[in-house]
Amino acid sequence: MAAVQDGPMELDAEKETKPEILSDGTSNLSGNTASGTLSSSPLTAAPAGGAPKMEDQQTLIAVLQFLKRNKLSESVEILRREAGLGEHQEDSQATDGSGGGKGDGDGGDANSLLSRVFITSAAAPQSMLVKKDQPDVSVVLSAYSQQGDPPLYQVYYSGLKNFIESVLDCHRAELSQLFYPLFVHMYLELVYNNHETKAKAFFDKFSGDQECYYQDDLRILCGLTKKEHLKGNEVLLDFRTSRFVLRISRDSYQLLKRHLQERHNNQIWNIIQEHLYIDIFDGMPRSKSQIDSMSGSLAGEARREVNKAKVFYGLLKEPEIEVPLDDEDDEAENEEGKPKKKKTKKDSLGSKSKKQDPNAPQQNRIPLPELKDSDKLDKIMYMKESTKRIRLGPENLPSICFYTFLNAFQGLTAVDFTDDSSLLAGGFADSTVRVWSVTPKKLRKVKSTAELNVIDKESDDVLERIMDEKTASESKILHGHSGPVYGVSFSPDRNYLLSSSEDGTVRLWSLQTFTCLVGYKGHNYPVWDTQFSPFGYYFVSGGHDRVARLWATDHYQPLRIFAGHLADVTCTQFHPNSNYVATGSTDRTVRLWDVLNGNCVRILTGHKGPIHSLAFSPNGKFLASGSTDGRVLLWDIGHGLMIGELKGHTDTIYALKFSRDGEILASGSMDNTVRLWDSMKAFDEVETDDFTATTGHIHLPDNSQELLLGMYHSKSTPVTHLHFTRRNLLLAAGAYNSQ
Amino acid sequence: MTEREERRFAEVPRESIKLMAESSGVELSEEVAALLAEDVCYRLREATQNSSQFMRHAKRRKLSVEDLNRALRWSNTETICGYGAQDALPFRPLKEGELFFVEDREINLVELALATNIPKGCAETMVRVHVSYLDGKGNLEPQGTVPTAVQSLSEDLLKYYQQITRAILGEDPHLMKVALLDLQSNSKIAALLPYFVYVISGVKSVSHDLDQLNRLLHMVKSLVQNPYLYLGSYVRSLVSSVMYCILEPLAASINPLNDHWTLRDYAALLLSHIFWTHGDLVSGLYHQILLSLQKVLSDPVRPLCSHYGAVVGLHALGWKAVERVLYPHLPAYWANLQAVLDDYSVSNAQVKADGHKVYGAILVAVERLLKMKALSLTLAAEGSGAGLPGTTTGAVGFRENSPGLSPPSEPLSEPPLGIASHLQAGGAGCPWEEWTPVSLPAMYCELYSFFGDSLAVRFSTGPPLGGATPPGPCQPLEGRKEPASSAPNLENTRKMPQLTASMNISPRQDGSPRMEPQPPSLAATETRKTCSVEVPPGPGLGTTDIFPKARFPLPQAGPPAFSFIIGGRQMGRRCQGRRFQTSFTPTPPLTTHPPRAYAHKLPVIGRVSKPVRRWTCSHYSLHLPL
Repeated sequence: MAAVQDGPMELDAEKETKPEILSDGTSNLSGNTASGTLSSSPLTAAPAGGAPKMEDQQTLIAVLQFLKRNKLSESVEILRREAGLGEHQEDSQATDGSGGGKGDGDGGDANSLLSRVFITSAAAPQSMLVKKDQPDVSVVLSAYSQQGDPPLYQVYYSGLKNFIESVLDCHRAELSQLFYPLFVHMYLELVYNNHETKAKAFFDKFSGDQECYYQDDLRILCGLTKKEHLKGNEVLLDFRTSRFVLRISRDSYQLLKRHLQERHNNQIWNIIQEHLYIDIFDGMPRSKSQIDSMSGSLAGEARREVNKAKVFYGLLKEPEIEVPLDDEDDEAENEEGKPKKKKTKKDSLGSKSKKQDPNAPQQNRIPLPELKDSDKLDKIMYMKESTKRIRLGPENLPSICFYTFLNAFQGLTAVDFTDDSSLLAGGFADSTVRVWSVTPKKLRKVKSTAELNVIDKESDDVLERIMDEKTASESKILHGHSGPVYGVSFSPDRNYLLSSSEDGTVRLWSLQTFTCLVGYKGHNYPVWDTQFSPFGYYFVSGGHDRVARLWATDHYQPLRIFAGHLADVTCTQFHPNSNYVATGSTDRTVRLWDVLNGNCVRILTGHKGPIHSLAFSPNGKFLASGSTDGRVLLWDIGHGLMIGELKGHTDTIYALKFSRDGEILASGSMDNTVRLWDSMKAFDEVETDDFTATTGHIHLPDNSQELLLGMYHSKSTPVTHLHFTRRNLLLAAGAYNSQ
Repeated sequence: MTEREERRFAEVPRESIKLMAESSGVELSEEVAALLAEDVCYRLREATQNSSQFMRHAKRRKLSVEDLNRALRWSNTETICGYGAQDALPFRPLKEGELFFVEDREINLVELALATNIPKGCAETMVRVHVSYLDGKGNLEPQGTVPTAVQSLSEDLLKYYQQITRAILGEDPHLMKVALLDLQSNSKIAALLPYFVYVISGVKSVSHDLDQLNRLLHMVKSLVQNPYLYLGSYVRSLVSSVMYCILEPLAASINPLNDHWTLRDYAALLLSHIFWTHGDLVSGLYHQILLSLQKVLSDPVRPLCSHYGAVVGLHALGWKAVERVLYPHLPAYWANLQAVLDDYSVSNAQVKADGHKVYGAILVAVERLLKMKALSLTLAAEGSGAGLPGTTTGAVGFRENSPGLSPPSEPLSEPPLGIASHLQAGGAGCPWEEWTPVSLPAMYCELYSFFGDSLAVRFSTGPPLGGATPPGPCQPLEGRKEPASSAPNLENTRKMPQLTASMNISPRQDGSPRMEPQPPSLAATETRKTCSVEVPPGPGLGTTDIFPKARFPLPQAGPPAFSFIIGGRQMGRRCQGRRFQTSFTPTPPLTTHPPRAYAHKLPVIGRVSKPVRRWTCSHYSLHLPL
């Protein structure tokens, strides 16, 4: 319903689909290229502002033809003039089209295209937003109307099924991947063509064959029984707008192709051509377990080439902190009377900064805010703390402190800690955000302007003086949202707090005045999550409109829109170097986006349920994701590969966090447990040789039990958030649930 | 769709659609209704699916009305109002016909508005932290989640709680009195109940301090009497605290100067009170109590004061308890007691004195047992003839008395029946297990073999002395009793001693039995009572003095010599005896009594002086007007 909304996103969608078309051409074996491009053209149709592309021209020509046929000669004139199309162009195309033997379908196509063009030229963006969905859907759907003989679908499908079951074992697993997408498309086609009873019979007969992890989709699917239902159904739209991606070895594919051609099974072949993307690779067919570990997402597996882009996952150079650090250090060290230590510290700092990670992005790849004095002080604090950090490991597990929200009858929906663990924020379903001070230091507001005028600005303790002692309290409530607050995030400098809400806005709050500073509007739909960049200034938000947006705090409009997910963006996370953003979605994929250019650089498939938590390892190389199926998956960002699967949780994982040094991964779930995993071991055991890296075929050892270091129960308190303090004490938070 | 044999979803039948359309004034054709029904189903499914997303993001497991409303709102549909309540909506079928509906009770706004227990707003949301696991190992301690009450305590309540506990446990008797009074009548302290119960459970830590124990017991009494408190399962906790005072060899009892006997008596009285008024809140409470009393009684290792507590406790629970536990156990126990009493060595003096206490307690318990048994027999004999008038009077009497119990303001004027009547009333309702009762004569014979004349003395049939009856609240009852009792005959014929008889029975003690039997029997009971009420004629009290005197001694009037005896009397009587003191003042002070010949184990010894002192001091601390 919100797939296409505004300019930037549309452009993005276009990028998405372009390679698809190209690859379509290469893999096309039968001759009907024309129909292929035609049917995909509506998808890529760009708004008037876009550069004229081949598809656009075709669209325009189709419209012209339609106008002509209806004797709207004036409109024809105008359109031709505006589009700058020559008479001959149109003619040649027209003959082309009819030559393709698609006279029947052209009428329908042109019709829908026409309406589309009219809509896109409408001025008001708001109305665009509303109306655009409709024609889009009908265009997409119209593709179905051309396909013949639905009553025979059962025969076709069972024929294919028999074939696949009869092939060699090694191929069977691969070809079995075809079942689900074919099943869905055929079912939808039946529904679209008003064969309701046939559709039902088809569904009943074959739905049992599908993999269990598609059950959720099937449940939605079987609710669709009428053509009218298809309109405005997001899942369907997702399924149609994207091609289901299968990865099949060349041998298996040849087998399939031969079979279909022998049988002249054009129905199935057409579906494969139009709605499926078969990613063919050379070499051994994959095993069932290999396939299962990667499949499960709404749109099939990720294409290999989308994960080929280079990702600079290394960390940025630590900023060199000079004078203040030494001063501070002197003071600190003087107590111990060891001036020498200062030098060693300096060395370690120096070496750190010298060691440039080859995988790290350019320091200025994206502009980052200058460090303020207070930031430097904080860095110093951080370094001091980290020297006292406990070295964790399988033998040395962290202590866990549980922050229990009591009497949270209104419903706790989100929690965040500041990096230094001094503040705690909770988002609640009653639209409020509450901030607590976890330390004895109370929360104070800045004085009013009138009072501030009186203050002696030259005094040393001016920062102390501006605070209004009367307002000191342990917690503050921030009112402003008009819907449940689904995400909260502190800025690294602890001056700001972000909150995202069902009301479609992200709000920026000042923790000095405890007031709302900005309301970022853009999502228009519930915003499920928001996250500050580790360097501040930037933040990302993701919501029900299926896009993630990158914002800067001083811009009221998003800087980037990351579009591509086929369903809601449920969680977001910044890479430690702030150059990338990871998003998890209800479409069961994790995507990694490049902040610089807005490209999607990784699509990670394998989850079998909506993803609700993400965590980058501190070294930036790995990503962990947790979903409603209770599994945590580990990913190697550089290679775009799944490298581990942690099974154990029995409910949705809402919290994931690596320890400060990355040796331990903590996961918190609705099942009221915190589990600790040996992430070092998980990462070490992976052999990312060149072969796996290039083919993307992974062998996952089933070693969850070995990796599980501990399981810790709370008392009927779902774990909503996890946080490691700078000294590696694990803080967990959740609301006590008295039932 | 409707023809499907296997339904994949809940479906809205077209009939419902038609009905709904009709209700809004639209006539639908069959066809339209079918189409609409199908679409409605689909939209419902869609909304449900969408709403699940809101549930997931709210990190809940339960789909709420709010979730569905959000889904509806985002699909531009009107939301459903009126179902936002957090409580589950009961969905009920109507027995006749297939009608299902959501129960929607009417709320009486007036009642709500005038309700005294105005609910406070939601407790403040707060965060508590605790270290759950240290170094990844084990729970540090089972740090239970904070009881929700903690959060809901307002500042005022907390302050109240502090003030009250401070006043009660503090030094100032006047303050304490005020605090107890308030505790008894305050209607808004329900939230504090767990805290008070907790404070009371502190008896175990102050067993060396009679004063504090006593104060805590008074606190129990106030709580029990507060009509606005629902004690619920806290009864168990209260009972265990009280039982502790009754049965445990308190540290305070090491010093013979401490009058822990009084404490035990009072606790026993309290126990019976709790039991009769709140026993129904905890199932099996009665049997638990009996069991623990029996256990103590049958444990020879326990000190005598514990045994004393057990006897007194049984007595307080009613004569049936005595009959069932104490009486069967008596032969076994008697041997031990006799051994103690027969040992005249100096080193045994203290123990022996304690033994006398037990002896006295048993005697009193047994005496009432016999009387009540006799009474019940006569009642049975009298039949229902006396029924009607009796009931009315009984009812009146009861009503008079029981309210008198709760208001602490005028404890002195409280009719003697007070607590005892409660006891009996409750006793009637209490389920008794089947067991074989011993016939009265047999019982008497056996008991007589133990107690000899001292038992007989108690059943003397002296005619009631009008002048002796105490004035005051007892009066009306006494008046009724006037007719000479026929019941006692049984015993009289057998027993010889008449002289001392009247003295022993306290008016109150009788009161209790009187109430207990069914109301119709009241008249009969009364008669019995008369005898008991009498003031003892001076002489011949030798043995009896231990028991009977105790009741009467008034702090001011009674000679110190008697006061120590008070400790010895049964709890039931004792307490009331105290209350009566004022009204009884006119009674002639008891003079010294020559030891009875048959009362071989009279505690005449050196004790007299000590107890006196004890009484005097304990009087001030313990005699708390309630």
